Amino acid sequence: MRFVDEYRSGEVAARLAERIAALVEPGRHYKLMEVCGGHTHAIYKHGVEDLLPDEIELVHGPGCPVCVIPMGRQDDAIAIAERPEVIFTTFGDMMRVPASKGSLLDAKARGADVRMVYSPLDALKLARQNPEREVAFFAIGFETTTPSTALTLLRARAEGARNFFVFANHVTIIPAIRAILDSPDLRLDGFIGPGHVSTVIGTRPYRFIARDFGKPVVVSGFEPLDVLQGVYMVLRQLRDGRSEVENQYTRVVREEGNLLALRAIADTMELRTTFEWRGLGFISQSALKLRPEFADFDAELRYEVPGVRVADPKACQCGEVLKGVIKPWECKVFGTACTPDHPIGTCMVSSEGACAAYYNYGRYAGRRRREAAPA
Amino acid sequence: MADRREQEVLDAIERRRRRPTRKLLDQQITLAHGAGGKSTHALIEALFLPELRNPVLEQLADSAVFDANGTGGPRLAFSTDSYVVRPLFFPGGDIGELAVNGTVNDLAMSGGRPLFLSAGFIVEEGFPTEELRRVAASMAAAARSASVEVVAADTKVVERGKADGLYVNTAGVAVLDSEVELRADRVRPGDRVLVSGTLGDHGMAVMIARGELELEVELDSDTAPLNALVGALIEAVPDGLRCLRDPTRGGLATVLAELALAAEVGIAVDERALPVSPQVNGACEILGIDPLYVANEGKLVAFVAPEKADAALDAARSHPLGRDAAIVAEVRPEPPGLVLLETAFGGSRVIDMLAGDPLPRIC
Repeated sequence: MRFVDEYRSGEVAARLAERIAALVEPGRHYKLMEVCGGHTHAIYKHGVEDLLPDEIELVHGPGCPVCVIPMGRQDDAIAIAERPEVIFTTFGDMMRVPASKGSLLDAKARGADVRMVYSPLDALKLARQNPEREVAFFAIGFETTTPSTALTLLRARAEGARNFFVFANHVTIIPAIRAILDSPDLRLDGFIGPGHVSTVIGTRPYRFIARDFGKPVVVSGFEPLDVLQGVYMVLRQLRDGRSEVENQYTRVVREEGNLLALRAIADTMELRTTFEWRGLGFISQSALKLRPEFADFDAELRYEVPGVRVADPKACQCGEVLKGVIKPWECKVFGTACTPDHPIGTCMVSSEGACAAYYNYGRYAGRRRREAAPA
Repeated sequence: MADRREQEVLDAIERRRRRPTRKLLDQQITLAHGAGGKSTHALIEALFLPELRNPVLEQLADSAVFDANGTGGPRLAFSTDSYVVRPLFFPGGDIGELAVNGTVNDLAMSGGRPLFLSAGFIVEEGFPTEELRRVAASMAAAARSASVEVVAADTKVVERGKADGLYVNTAGVAVLDSEVELRADRVRPGDRVLVSGTLGDHGMAVMIARGELELEVELDSDTAPLNALVGALIEAVPDGLRCLRDPTRGGLATVLAELALAAEVGIAVDERALPVSPQVNGACEILGIDPLYVANEGKLVAFVAPEKADAALDAARSHPLGRDAAIVAEVRPEPPGLVLLETAFGGSRVIDMLAGDPLPRIC
């Protein structure tokens, strides 16, 4: 397939792997965080770690949009979905996220009208097709998906839609990265920076990581060669003693981002004072809600929801996994009580969650690594 | 130290995968129980099997194989399947053709010759007679081309809104020639795994036909009767064929994961060898779905002794339904119960059964 295969070439990967190995200082351990769940998925799906020397450890970051939605918000979503007048629309992965009393898939089995959509525009279309019903859209995601919600809101207003509502849960990546850098639990050497988020926000917002924390950042694409080249570029900075924001994903990401998308977001949404993230707790100014001008489309104003904070199940360590403090297999319930078919935590649900990626794809990697290592 | 703990966790997962599900945790049936992956297995193991258990059912193969007791007759294969596809008519086929081919293929995987089918129609009140006629006609055409006859049938009509237009059930019998013995436990390390053609065509064609994705892709379902292709394989490599499977729901990945567990072998898949059409590849890439998990309705997976693999491949490729056949994997002694994919990128990953429906990634 053109524009895909060239970023998955085994021959190019092997050459790049050699150059990475040559950059490794003997005896030094490198801990790099890939911020995005998309990276985590690509790393496991293509077996990228198999090409890296043992000295390089990839730590999975918080950039999995499904994973960071806290239990209380999921309960609120189900409460909206269970209203008889509502057609509740959501991206596929959110259907299986466990809330206090089962998932949206369970609510659907109980009779709630829950439908999977690929885009908020599909939800708006459903609203047009069902004028006697109310269509609510479960808006989640980082800056990658926020512009599509923003543009849908603009279109809904232009069309004069009266039965379309957005349950906004959009989050922003920078506060989450800052929270991880501020946390004493983790010593990172550098970052594989978000690719798609950066197409929207550009590369400038990451400068504080390089400037204030002295860590290299390389914004990278999502094909396995992108990730491998991102690792190479971070290691090159470390060898040279530099800490800068570099852009590996130049075919898509501009330094200034996408101004039209940013304007659409600013026109429709504004920062919340604070928002709860699963595992990371409350982070100030880290999420978006609809602006007052769009109150008529705001599901949080339209429907009464429980709106209570619900603690994660005790055994669940998604928070530690999301911060990169523990590996998926270090969680007490990983693979036993918590599996992809019966997930307890969000990291086991989303294909971008570190636990699901490790369980589904990476399970054999550890054993092979140990067998290859000299006794 | 950390490595040892990781290995303990991985070993615990493997032990758990091997243990049949004793208790169904779900309080209600969800769509995942019908997707053919882990939830379907749990439902069968924890609910149906304990109630209906017998030595034939316990095999849990595509079709049940048994002796026609006391009659001195040949061994028979028996199978049933229900069809609830939406839309009823899709590029490359319709529910009628699918219902005939599906049961013919389940029977053919036993190595038997399918002979007779039954058909049950559950029709929604208000369903257009003309569409039912079209379905019946396409069943007749499919039966003719598979050389089977529909010899028993039943019709029920349910109230408007109850059956989404039309559901069809078919069941069928096949006779097995005495020497044919195709079973998972005959698979041995060294065996090669052959797939008869491109993967994921049916599932993707139906998803696109629903029109919800707004993708414009020219793609036909691969629905086809495989009994003639199976016959050609048995004739070409009578003693080399170990086991056949029909990679429908859950796709090739689920079939291989089931086989690895059943035969306690490892299976190493070469990603570069997997035949996937550019249309399916492109649509899967956009939707974030792995073609390995997408349903096929006219493809088989054959486990073949290594020395017969080339002959089997030649035989498959000389048949119109096996033109794109390829050897995609090899059975290995290690690691037992696991399927590993060697990626084109140069890494490797595990392939497990499907959990839930193949839901797309969102960014």
